[in-house]
Amino acid sequence: MNEDPLKIAQGWLADGRDVALATVIETWGSAPRKTGSHLVIDGEGNFEGSVSGGCVEGAVVYGAMDVIESGKPQVLEFGVADETAWEVGLSCGGKVMVYLEKIK
Amino acid sequence: MKHDILSEVLSLREQRIACAVITHIETGEQILWQKDKVLSDALQVPFEQALRARKSQRIETEAGQYFINLYLPEPRMVIIGAVHIAQALVSMAKLSDYEIIIIDPRTAFATQERFPDVTLYGEWPQDIWDNVKLDAHTALIALTHDPKVDDWPLQKALEADCFYVGALGSRKTHGKRCERLAASGVSETALERIHAPIGLNIGASNPVEIAVAILAQVIEAHRI
Repeated sequence: MNEDPLKIAQGWLADGRDVALATVIETWGSAPRKTGSHLVIDGEGNFEGSVSGGCVEGAVVYGAMDVIESGKPQVLEFGVADETAWEVGLSCGGKVMVYLEKIK
Repeated sequence: MKHDILSEVLSLREQRIACAVITHIETGEQILWQKDKVLSDALQVPFEQALRARKSQRIETEAGQYFINLYLPEPRMVIIGAVHIAQALVSMAKLSDYEIIIIDPRTAFATQERFPDVTLYGEWPQDIWDNVKLDAHTALIALTHDPKVDDWPLQKALEADCFYVGALGSRKTHGKRCERLAASGVSETALERIHAPIGLNIGASNPVEIAVAILAQVIEAHRI
């Protein structure tokens, strides 16, 4: 089993790192991760966990830098491209909405 | 998320206690929910619906949009009796994401070869009980037919409010079992919670089919 992203966040905070938490809050169609799934990101752009099959993590990590700096939560919305959805074994594109916040 | 909410969620998950984080999406305000916590009027009903459906979700209320993130313990299955039915049940329960513990003091049955990749105790339930930790997210299934082995864990499962308690055996066997359990102090209401004869009535006629009937009944108890 993969390690729990929340536990990883706790470890990072203990090391004095800045940490942002991304959570899938809505999905449409065949999105690969269910609501409630977490991705954690530190101030250097390291990340663990997932909010999709790998296609939107880059954008979420980028957004996390903003959220870490401003301290303000953001809501991001993504359509999963068809070819990406196909790669993760889905027959059609899905959509995900992600809530991004800093852990303070 | 506040750091102290994160710490609390991790600690509750470790203890297998259900909790939820409710976030107001526009303001970022958060509430940590635990059993018996009373929520605002706007949140109470949609929260209960989400909890019943066991699904984290976004909701619209008069007070704005919220996201309810449920952290529910994974369901667990404790099987008393490392028998043939248990072998079939384990392979299907694994597919359904159940964490599995098998207990059978008969060491000829309780072998890792017969049950690879599960937690297995070739000991009396009473002797290893501290490791088992029954709770409301656990199903207990007694399959040995032997009162010396089955009765005690059945009683413990009822006390722990396991979401499913089932025991193999005919109506007649179960009648005698109920008499014994009643004599050791189990109430009539509690006895009625035991599924026996075990499994949905699908005319199961061999160990694999009985395992299907049991798993279906466990899932029914978990979801409905």
